[in-house]
Amino acid sequence: MTKLDSKIPGGNLADKWTNYKSVVSLVSPANKMKLDVIVVGTGLAGASAAASLGELGYNVKAFCYQDSPRRAHSIAAQGGINAAKNYQNDGDSVYRLFVDTIKGGDYRAREANVYRLAEVSNMIIDQCVAQGVPFARDYGGSLDNRSFGGAQVSRTFYARGQTGQQLLLGAYSALSRQINKKTVTMYSRREILDIVIIDGKARGVIARNLITGEIERYSAHAVVLASGGYGNVFYLSTNAMASNATAVWKAYKKGAFFANPCFTQIHPTCIPVVGENQSKLTLMSESLRNDGRIWVPKNKDDRRKPADIPEDERDYYLERRYPAFGNLVPRDVASRAAKERCDAGYGVGSSKLAVYLDFADAIKRLGKKVIEERYSNLFQMYEKITDENPYETPMRIFPAVHYVMGGLWVNYNLMTTVPGLYALGECNFSDHGANRLGASALMQGLADGYFVLPYTIGEYLSADIRTGKISSEHPAFKEAEENVKEILNKLINIKGSKTVDQIHKKLGKIMWEYCGMGRNEAGLTKAISLIKELKEEFWKDVKVPGELNEFNTELEKAGRLADYIELAELIVRDALHRKESCGGHFREEFQTEEGEAKRDDEHFAYVAAWEYNFDDEPLLNKEPLKFESIELKQRNYK
Amino acid sequence: MNLTLKIWRQKNSTSKGKLVKYKLDGVSEEMSFLEMLDMLNEQLILQDQDPVAFDNDCREGICGMCGLYISGRAHGPDVGVTTCQLTMRNFKDGDTITVEPWRAKAFTVIKDLVVDRSAFDRIIQAGGYISVNTGSMPDANSIPVSKRNSDLAMDAAACIGCGACVASCKNASAMLFVSAKVSHLELLPQGKIEAAERVQNMVKKMDELGFGNCTNTYACEVECPKQISVSNIARMNREFLHAKVCKEKH
Amino acid sequence: MSLAGLFLVVFLLVHLSINLLILKDDGGKSFIAASEFMSSNPLIKIMEIVLFGCLFIHMIYGVILTIKNWMSRPVKYSVVNKTDTSFFSRYMIYTGGIIFIFLAIHFMNFYFVKLGLVDIPEGAGNRHDFYNMVINLFSIPSYSVIYIILMLLLGLHLNHAFQAAFQTLGINHNKYTPAIKVLATIYSIIVSVGFSIIPLYFLLKY
Repeated sequence: MTKLDSKIPGGNLADKWTNYKSVVSLVSPANKMKLDVIVVGTGLAGASAAASLGELGYNVKAFCYQDSPRRAHSIAAQGGINAAKNYQNDGDSVYRLFVDTIKGGDYRAREANVYRLAEVSNMIIDQCVAQGVPFARDYGGSLDNRSFGGAQVSRTFYARGQTGQQLLLGAYSALSRQINKKTVTMYSRREILDIVIIDGKARGVIARNLITGEIERYSAHAVVLASGGYGNVFYLSTNAMASNATAVWKAYKKGAFFANPCFTQIHPTCIPVVGENQSKLTLMSESLRNDGRIWVPKNKDDRRKPADIPEDERDYYLERRYPAFGNLVPRDVASRAAKERCDAGYGVGSSKLAVYLDFADAIKRLGKKVIEERYSNLFQMYEKITDENPYETPMRIFPAVHYVMGGLWVNYNLMTTVPGLYALGECNFSDHGANRLGASALMQGLADGYFVLPYTIGEYLSADIRTGKISSEHPAFKEAEENVKEILNKLINIKGSKTVDQIHKKLGKIMWEYCGMGRNEAGLTKAISLIKELKEEFWKDVKVPGELNEFNTELEKAGRLADYIELAELIVRDALHRKESCGGHFREEFQTEEGEAKRDDEHFAYVAAWEYNFDDEPLLNKEPLKFESIELKQRNYK
Repeated sequence: MNLTLKIWRQKNSTSKGKLVKYKLDGVSEEMSFLEMLDMLNEQLILQDQDPVAFDNDCREGICGMCGLYISGRAHGPDVGVTTCQLTMRNFKDGDTITVEPWRAKAFTVIKDLVVDRSAFDRIIQAGGYISVNTGSMPDANSIPVSKRNSDLAMDAAACIGCGACVASCKNASAMLFVSAKVSHLELLPQGKIEAAERVQNMVKKMDELGFGNCTNTYACEVECPKQISVSNIARMNREFLHAKVCKEKH
Repeated sequence: MSLAGLFLVVFLLVHLSINLLILKDDGGKSFIAASEFMSSNPLIKIMEIVLFGCLFIHMIYGVILTIKNWMSRPVKYSVVNKTDTSFFSRYMIYTGGIIFIFLAIHFMNFYFVKLGLVDIPEGAGNRHDFYNMVINLFSIPSYSVIYIILMLLLGLHLNHAFQAAFQTLGINHNKYTPAIKVLATIYSIIVSVGFSIIPLYFLLKY
């Protein structure tokens, strides 16, 4: 039944990418100038792709909704970026990084893609250093590494607690250089509201100019989506306020399959929620788990100050349950363990939905100065937000929605099921399986943008050198534009009684409650009907103030929420169908006696790629996952 | 707490704006300044009024999108934070808070508190990079960098491009922003190669765009949410003089 | 601007040291000798041209910069900036302007007399009799008081100017900059107090 061709090249796993690169079709420099490429989003994947394509000589049109490409949310990644450099001489290799990533992803990622990712990881570090990214160094002048969750080697490169920022600024500077050279035209403050398909191929986008409200048409020979994840479906998440799924959702509705939407990552170390008005959750880098110890009191409802609780009355539950990895277990495991303790009544803080992350031992062992050097900016941020000093009292943390492994289905070339439509970075599904390891998102975004797409897109575009300019006067553009205008008109004319945020908060609660860290059939079934009700409520009763042709933040938010509601239903549907626990997807019906996730490789070792079916239920397509170089095992971090 | 807000309202870049007064009750101290504005907007929408437009995105102090001039201080009264990280703990019941957009010739108001900071992008485009193409790089450890220089480069590279330096400078000068990028790249061996061209191109662009000059009041350093040092400005001045005086013409 | 300023900084020290000779109890002998040297030595003549060049550049540049800076913020804030910075660093153009007015008077009283552009005031023997000119002026108490106030403003101008000049020239060093700042303060105190001692002496004497 599958319509999916993953186009994985033949040969040994280790040779696939090399072989592919040697035979892939090329486009001559003179022809590249005649080809236009649209890149949506300017995060790590988008900016690096746009810059690299510009360097190659393509005409690139890059889009972002922010005022500047430098604001993309990749900037908020704190901890680091993985690479198999083995600079620490601790036995790392491309193969090990590959294995860790597949295993960390609970065997739900595509082998060939992950191997390629591990393979190009080293080049990313070289590239970033050449661009001037100030990675941490030791006194001899060479690069420093730290360890990270899910790995037993130190392979994470970092720039204080601002690695994402520094990598993004590197890509942004490369992009700026191309803008200056006029190979890239930058369109800021534009939101992509539809993908235009001509004769079955992606040939352009419809954008809204967020300053003037004008609807604009842009044509190209290929469209690259690098628009990030959809974590904001949950309302409260660590994503940026305006991070959105609109572009990928419109792509889905135009025929791109959506893969594994239920694989959402809950990050274990975030600052707990404090009030109803909270708009956003703040992440505390996972790197804190290197030196911090996580614990809760052994007694339920212990109201003593953390410092007054003696050592033998503390439960260092991660060290207890997972002695081999201790506080460094992967994110999904750490998050679920925190939830388990809080559900059992051992939570701390006023809401009882928090656990302690304690640095007292690390400060005693290494001295305050070392801890300051490693984490001062994070500690400062924590103190500003909570008014508590983490040097003196343990941090309170709780899991929060952080990343989505699911996304548009892509083949080995990163092309979706729509010819000419590519998806890179977080908005595709390919490399992280059911759970992403720390410091791998940055690696994947940059791998896709710098080192994969520039090769693979050539294969597609080489067939387009005689096509000539794509006209934005084509009826398909007109139709898409009218469709966009109709939706916007509809939104602004509902004039109901509820604000966008009110409805978004409701959606978030449904998702967190029934499709968060623990999921079960009854809850998911209920969630589907609740989401359907909410959709109806939204289209009947939302209130969008202002005009169409002006700067209108509420209108932007309403459009995004309309898509989130539909996407939420697909997420729940996917979660319902996947009757196993794996990675970030934990079905309460499928767990071991000790409460660990129980995978079902016999029935679910596939990628679930959902196909839009208009008003009917979406169709499920399966891409079976074949593991040839790695043996499937139940994950064990004990 | 109950607050009185005086907020700059301006329909678009061509219309005239004015300060409008609002009362807001029930603000709690753990809210961020932007969540307080969210709360105001929710009320305005339900009262059929136009909500206040303000830029924001990551809300964790790193994207640089937010930036409000709050009662005479860029990013408000707290030190080392952006507006999104400013908690209402810094205010007390009964306070009157005036909220204005960044003011500078190079930053025009788009709507209410939203300004156009694309001038910063244009300065970076003029030279804020190392000219290296994807793929043409040596092994990362083949370029050793002293820890000290690497740390100083990182200090400078921490700039988030929010524009608080321009907003708080009495001359609306962008020297701290530009010097942070010049310093970051100049301190690294790989950035030294085109340092002279970089500093001249970036300074030229900065002047073209209508930013003011530095008169060393150091307000920028005080208000910078990332506490970027004015020693970067001195480093840029040094680099600029060196490029102008010592370098031969091409 | 900064280079010209630094030259003026050096000049002020020379000027001050000659002025202080007035206080030497020898009936003005040393002071007269020094001022005669200053008006006759050819090298000093050349330096005089350089000095006026610097003064001119410093003033013109200051005015141009200020106007450009004002223009870079066409719409002002309604709340004045409350950033915690050194107060006088923000008002250099004003202290500079006041010093300029003082300079005009100062030239009328001394320099233009020497050049013969202004009549020799009463009590002075000839165009070069600065000793008696000084004594005459400082015997007017209100003149002395205004002079002292202006010297204090000059000190405040210099306190910022001295260290800012180094910053502008790119000299900022975590070892030496704190020393430069201390030096700036010591220098500005020496200049403002040094110049003020003379009228103070005359105020107390008469």
